[in-house]
Amino acid sequence: MPGAYRLQDILNRRGLTSLLAIGAVAGGATAAFAYAGGWLAPSRLQPAPIVNALEGHDGRHEGFRRAHAKGLCVVGHFDGTGQGLTLSKASLFRQATTPVIGRFSLAGGVPDAGDGRVTFHSLALKFQLPAGEQWRMAMNHVPVFPVATPQAFLDFQVATTPDPATGKPDPAKVQAYMARHPETKAFADYMAKAPLPSSFANASYNSVNAFRFTNGQGQTRLARWIFTPEAPFQELDKATLAAQPRDFLFDEVAGRLAQGPLVWHMSIILPDVGDPTDDATKPWPEDRRRVEVGTLTIDRAVTEDDGPCRDVNFDPTILPAGVAPSDDPLLAARSSVYAVGYTRRTGEPAAPSALAHDTAFPATAGRQPATMEPAQ
Amino acid sequence: MSPHTFSGAARLLHWLMAVLIIGMLFIGVGMVSTVGNSHTWLVPLHKSVGATLLVLVLIRLAVRATHRPPPLPADMPAPQKAIAHLSHIVLYALMIALPLVGWSMLSAGGYPITVWGAAHLPPLMAPDRGLYATLRHLHTYLAYALFLTVIAHLSAALMHAFLFRDGVFQSMAAWRTRR
Ligand code: HEM
Ligand code: HEM
Repeated sequence: MPGAYRLQDILNRRGLTSLLAIGAVAGGATAAFAYAGGWLAPSRLQPAPIVNALEGHDGRHEGFRRAHAKGLCVVGHFDGTGQGLTLSKASLFRQATTPVIGRFSLAGGVPDAGDGRVTFHSLALKFQLPAGEQWRMAMNHVPVFPVATPQAFLDFQVATTPDPATGKPDPAKVQAYMARHPETKAFADYMAKAPLPSSFANASYNSVNAFRFTNGQGQTRLARWIFTPEAPFQELDKATLAAQPRDFLFDEVAGRLAQGPLVWHMSIILPDVGDPTDDATKPWPEDRRRVEVGTLTIDRAVTEDDGPCRDVNFDPTILPAGVAPSDDPLLAARSSVYAVGYTRRTGEPAAPSALAHDTAFPATAGRQPATMEPAQ
Repeated sequence: MSPHTFSGAARLLHWLMAVLIIGMLFIGVGMVSTVGNSHTWLVPLHKSVGATLLVLVLIRLAVRATHRPPPLPADMPAPQKAIAHLSHIVLYALMIALPLVGWSMLSAGGYPITVWGAAHLPPLMAPDRGLYATLRHLHTYLAYALFLTVIAHLSAALMHAFLFRDGVFQSMAAWRTRR
């Protein structure tokens, strides 16, 4: 079949109509691609503006997490009781020992902020399960969250961003936000009166969001979980917070770990009919059934500079078979936003953490070869 | 006499992969630009289909090595033939590079590489923050390059069908193998 390759074969009405149609197909496909990628969809809430809002709120600190910027790595293990298998086939719940690394942190995007703040005390964990599986968690000491949706998260960040002129958030903007979000107001009131744990060691850590558990029989249920400490709870005197040394909480937990391991018990909390499973601002009543599924033992702390946690994205949707995200809109948003933050910070040079030269962390000396350590 | 059409295996792989690759490009840009619940299932789907495409492209290269593709029309101008060949090399290179970069970047980020919910691919390298960021950006740029190459390829195919009318479009679009 001879082809029509010469210009005069193409430059006629039929040819030009075809060319136009082909151009329309190519252009249409490109427009559809741009729409899918959000470039032509300005109303779609994207992860980048949320990361930008965090940076606008607390400053852009290169190399650090855009939230929970100040932290400390920990290393330990988890021993399952076997009880959890009734709820989920997750291999973590078997009667076996699983290695875990983690990170204590305080909320906020300032990496060298003082520890004396009424804010979340947090624990993130990464369980290394058999056959390449992982379970990652990022948990707070408070069982509820100030916002229920990613849009509210963004609006809250923007409303509470300090005004450059005064260094403080604009009270009118905060009030306008709170008026539209009674759940955030309720959270703020709760935080103001709830006791703050005196240590990372005696705090409970909550999943906050609900997750979907599936057992070996294929039965599925939604649940939250909590890690409760063996160390007895003590309250931090909120009146003296400002007078505390900058790193007192991190130093304190390092001191405890120098004495011996710290232990938490993990329990799955089962909701009653009607307990909200897609709204992290709503607490569940205290009396809900709990199934103790295992024991977390933290053996030692290592600064982020030398530890295994700095370059980890504790994305709470990285889950083993037997656990899946619930419909809570915060979960998908966290995964999407953490990924953007992770790509930004890993693309920047790592800066020394606030604890890099802290004498509470003998492990920092471990940067030198073992043979050079002074004999004791 | 050499055939006028690609082998049945080549045509099947071509159209299957065309659908999957275009799907992957749309899923990719869609999932990273939303905080909605679709993110939760699109990301695992993206990794699973991406890993499947890596297997498919290897099979496709084997099919290409064993079944010679039909020659381009003898009267097609030489520069046009050169462009056609070059664009096919670029398409193959990107089809291989994208899944490999995806797998590598997850390795460098220390992520588990879960495909189809069950299998966990071994990491291709040790975790390395700087490398993660570089590969993550490379994944985006290569994907944009693949999209543009696919659009060019599609436009050229339609030009063969409606302007040149030289049987090149039919050689891949035919239902039956013709000699
Ligand atoms: C849509 C809502 C949320 C947004 C946008 C958000 C944002 C972020 C960001 C950007 C990071 C830093 C991630 C990184 O660079 O690796 C982070 C860390 C963290 N978030 Fe959230 N977060 C949200 C909800 C929550 C909730 C509900 C919890 C409660 C469990 C939580 C607990 C944590 C913890 C503990 C960390 C520190 C993890 C670590 O040590 O790496 N976040 N968050
Ligand atoms: C033909 C194969 C593939 C194509 C066409 C493709 C395409 C894309 C595109 C267009 C994006 C969005 C990039 C952006 O807008 O920044 C993306 C993101 C991504 N791809 Fe792929 N991809 C492929 C294979 C893979 C494979 C095999 C994996 C992993 C096993 C993978 C993992 C990812 C991940 C994890 C992201 C999102 C990362 C984040 O949230 O930051 N991709 N891909």
